Amino acid sequence: MQTPAPVDYVRATSVADALSLLQQHGDEARLLAGGHSLLPMMKLRLARPEILVDINDLDELRGIRIDGNEIVVGAMVTHAEILNSPILFEHYPIFREAEKVIADPIVRNKGTMGGSMCQADPAEDLSAVGAALRGTVVIQNAEGRRTVAMREFHEGPYETKVADGEILVEVRYPILPGSGSAYEKVERRSGDWAVCAAGACVTISGGVFSSVGIGIGAVNAEHFTAVDAEAFLVGKEPTAENIATAAQMAADSCDPSADQRGPADYKKHLAMELTKRALTRAAAAAKGA
Amino acid sequence: MTAVQEVPISAGGNPIGFGSMKRVEDQRFVRGQGNYVDDVNLPGMLHSAILRSPWAHARIKSIDTSAALALPGVIAVLTGKDLEGIPRPSLLGDNFAWMPTLSYDTQAVLATDKVRFQGQEVAYVIAESRYIAKDAVELIDVDYEPLEPVMDAKRAMDPGAPVIRDDKGQTDNSITDVHGHKTWESGNAISTAEAIARAEADPNCVVVTQEVMYPRVHPAPMETCGSVAHLDKVTGQLTLYTTSQAPHAHRTVYAMVAGLPEQKIRVIAPDIGGGFGNKVGVYPGYVLSILGTIVTGKPVKWIEDRGENLMSTSFARDYHMTGKIAATKDGKILAVDVDVLADHGAFNGVAQPTNYPAGFFHIFSGSYDYPDAHCKVTPVYTNKAPGGVAYACSFRITEAVYVIERLVDCLAAELGMDPAELRLKNLLKPDQFPYTSPTGWVYDSGQYEKTMRVAMEIAGYDELRREQAEKRARGEYMGIGISFFTEGVGAGPRKDMDILGLGMADGIELRVHPTGKAVLRLSVMSQGQGHETTYAQIVAHELGIPPEDIDVVNGDTDQTPFGLGTYGSRSMPVSGAAAAIVSRKVKERARIVAAAALECSPDDLEWELGRWSVKGDKERGKTIQEIALLSHSSLELPEGVEGHLDATAVYNPPNLTYPYGAYICVVDVDPGTGVVKVRRFIAVDDCGTRVNPMLVDGQVHGGIADGIGMALMELIAFDTDGNNLGGSFMDYLLPTSMECPSFELGETVTPSPHHPIGAKGVGESATVGSPAAVVNAVMDALAPFGVRHADMPLTPSNVWRAIQGNPIRVDMAIE
Ligand SMILES: Cc1cc2nc3c(=O)[nH]c(=O)nc-3n(C[C@H](O)[C@H](O)[C@H](O)COP(=O)(O)OP(=O)(O)OC[C@H]3O[C@@H](n4cnc5c(N)ncnc54)[C@H](O)[C@@H]3O)c2cc1C
Repeated sequence: MQTPAPVDYVRATSVADALSLLQQHGDEARLLAGGHSLLPMMKLRLARPEILVDINDLDELRGIRIDGNEIVVGAMVTHAEILNSPILFEHYPIFREAEKVIADPIVRNKGTMGGSMCQADPAEDLSAVGAALRGTVVIQNAEGRRTVAMREFHEGPYETKVADGEILVEVRYPILPGSGSAYEKVERRSGDWAVCAAGACVTISGGVFSSVGIGIGAVNAEHFTAVDAEAFLVGKEPTAENIATAAQMAADSCDPSADQRGPADYKKHLAMELTKRALTRAAAAAKGA
Repeated sequence: MTAVQEVPISAGGNPIGFGSMKRVEDQRFVRGQGNYVDDVNLPGMLHSAILRSPWAHARIKSIDTSAALALPGVIAVLTGKDLEGIPRPSLLGDNFAWMPTLSYDTQAVLATDKVRFQGQEVAYVIAESRYIAKDAVELIDVDYEPLEPVMDAKRAMDPGAPVIRDDKGQTDNSITDVHGHKTWESGNAISTAEAIARAEADPNCVVVTQEVMYPRVHPAPMETCGSVAHLDKVTGQLTLYTTSQAPHAHRTVYAMVAGLPEQKIRVIAPDIGGGFGNKVGVYPGYVLSILGTIVTGKPVKWIEDRGENLMSTSFARDYHMTGKIAATKDGKILAVDVDVLADHGAFNGVAQPTNYPAGFFHIFSGSYDYPDAHCKVTPVYTNKAPGGVAYACSFRITEAVYVIERLVDCLAAELGMDPAELRLKNLLKPDQFPYTSPTGWVYDSGQYEKTMRVAMEIAGYDELRREQAEKRARGEYMGIGISFFTEGVGAGPRKDMDILGLGMADGIELRVHPTGKAVLRLSVMSQGQGHETTYAQIVAHELGIPPEDIDVVNGDTDQTPFGLGTYGSRSMPVSGAAAAIVSRKVKERARIVAAAALECSPDDLEWELGRWSVKGDKERGKTIQEIALLSHSSLELPEGVEGHLDATAVYNPPNLTYPYGAYICVVDVDPGTGVVKVRRFIAVDDCGTRVNPMLVDGQVHGGIADGIGMALMELIAFDTDGNNLGGSFMDYLLPTSMECPSFELGETVTPSPHHPIGAKGVGESATVGSPAAVVNAVMDALAPFGVRHADMPLTPSNVWRAIQGNPIRVDMAIE
């Protein structure tokens, strides 16, 4: 049994209450969502907050809904809910494909979208999905709400635009009618973090790509994406050759480091291979293709 | 000698004898009512935690425990210096800072001079709760002077390499066994070298050389190690609840280590959540909990967390092997030579019979008929965790099977011959048994070709090869891998085998109560194998008592007779035999009682399951239950017969038993990503008589999963700074159901001729046999890329790199 350092615990009753608790306790406080990242770190004593503010009672942070031309996913929506959401599946099959390979059922039943985003592990999958879909993150603090583009959300590994005293409340994804999307991931074992992952969301009109979103995880892609490769493809036909060129550009823009998941040359190769596969399947799924 | 046959079914629905029945222990396990060491809570019990070294190699300059001692709730903090001050009245050193290992080496209980691996025990905190103990561990201030660590076994023997065991006055990192040898050899070096030289010179022969590494893996049982020690100051009785696969051997070691009288020590191994060899050794934590109760006068609990278990307890493997195989061009194997560099970590803590310092590795000559074989094993110290018995290895047979089965596949590739055909050509023939191998083992029995053909038939081998050819033409890469293994298990004959001087024979006791119900007391210790079920079935088979009327007791030294415990697949070959023999003794006693009751001579009686009756007059007879009551009654018994049916036995095996099997694995490899998918796994085991076929299948299922894990993902590597890169389940990957296909099992039954019920043991067969099948399958898939070998684990990156001609060195950090 692993034992965390001494810690206090309080259960927030509303977002406002959570914000005031965070303010009261300053940087010694941490929000507790699904706990699947935070609690293991505390048990290993890599994290030692003095007080946990539990936000599991906050129904205002739950739910997946359509709002105008956006899909809104609340911070406390679990991986399992994303996996099984008909709304998300209808518009963005990429979510189901990604969720199928995130962790295991036990983690997915508790782990949340907000917690995943805020943990901001470099191999985190929903960040790559969010980058591909050009989502917008909504953050709330004592002053009110503000929005940050997914592609500006990360400041670095484990660092995001969410500051002390702030809560990520939801992520909004623009609906792209007729889009095709797909997710590819290589892991050493099911339930493991990605060695590399790539997602793509594209629209095609008039036989050419009209929009391209690429998300890449675990290989140190800037903001989990590959803008040059996206720009290259827009206006081009979805041929194997064009996709291969774009995939290579995407890989060239990554800067992976070696670890026990694999050496850098392999990870770079995967960035190419998986981007290619994701783009190919997304293009095939796009209406008008 | 008995094979499985139709048996009567008891009122409880169980076979009165051999056959599938559910495990009786599952009644408590599936209800969450198991009783593990961590479930033991004694009045006034204290808790403890160990401070472990962050460094792989460092000198300890000073330790300041004052802040830890000042923390409210902390009772005591012990360091190596404190242990040096506790005198020990024993032959095994004069103080408690060091303890003997199972290989006659020494191991620090708490480091005094230096730390020698990351995770080594440095200080011990006893406190009112586990949380306080862990908090206090963080408050201990150790001043280390880091030294250069030796992480690469290949460099450990370099003249300039830092010396790890300067405590023993060593000047290099070599390991000397109890006989004074620094290398361990087996077979005939000269004849093997000559045979290989002849083959090299002969245009009709080939010699294939291959370096293979079996990297360091960990048993990773679900339950980590732990103990609760309680010294009763009034009676002087020490009770130790502990995770032990060998309670009796442990008690004797504690008596030696602690200098306590052995009759005052009671070791209780309650339910054990998996062992796989991890719970054979004596760890510093156990010893510290004993010292803790001695120092505080209260019960003390010590339980490892997951990281501690992975980083400090018995690993397995870490064998660098270079094999040479010589054969004629038409595929007749002539000779095999293997040179091994064995990484034993910082202390030689391997558990193995004294005369087998490399375990049973020299069974590497395998299942094939050829005259010349030789191996040489050179052990070295490195700055890694000690141990090395572990993991379903049958004392290094896993490594041996892996090297020969890889070599045979490399030979097949070289000759352009089908690996099944090559094996069939060389397998031992039934009439060669008992077969004396080139390294001196006497294989008991086998029908190798038959077993191989059953496996090929289940697999549809020829069809698979056709499919593979079609796929290759389309640029798809499937592979078919075969492994044919022979193990030697059931250590072992006392004249040859002992651990720390304790012979490897096992005792047993059978009591039959007046109502005909029985209790069997075992020396061996279940860690999930199902002893409570199978041993009752053996007694049922011999005496006709229904299994549900027989309780099996194991794991408590006060309640069971002496024996060396469960590992190396030895329970069924050793204690399974003892169970049959003790039952037969009871049966003979019952015959005397029955004869007295029936007023005839014992010679006039004949046995049918569960009943003695008069020859030629079946009606006149007594059931075993009736005889049990009579044996306790006022019935007049012949002179010299004492009454009661109870009996004891000690089984000293005349030889090992030799289970074997043929495994076939089918994989699909995605060359773009390097991802391997195990599509099928066929396992045909011959473990002789199957007492409970359902449990045999269970053992095989677990072992295959294990083998897939080792072949594809399990690994403890180290970086050059000495950091353990497999210290959590995020880093040490265990396979899940997602990685395992539905296993396809088959069987042949060739009973062991010298075992009373013909059983050979199966606990480790699949772990031993399966890794080679998986690796051979992946290498077969990659053959079109010109790949002949890559080391386990075949992770996606390693497979992709192998395709690029640049496989990863697995034992060190990936760069
Ligand atoms: C075995 C295992 C395997 C995993 N595999 C994968 C994988 O393959 N891919 C993957 O993407 N993830 C994986 N994960 C991570 C998983 O998705 C976690 O659930 C997730 O990272 C964190 O979500 P949580 O709700 O559990 O967050 P918590 O652990 O509760 O919180 C994580 C961090 O985010 C902060 N936080 C939480 N919610 C908010 C909020 N609304 N606003 C601001 N800050 C907040 C917390 O304070 C904390 O610092 C794995 C986890 C485990 C345990």
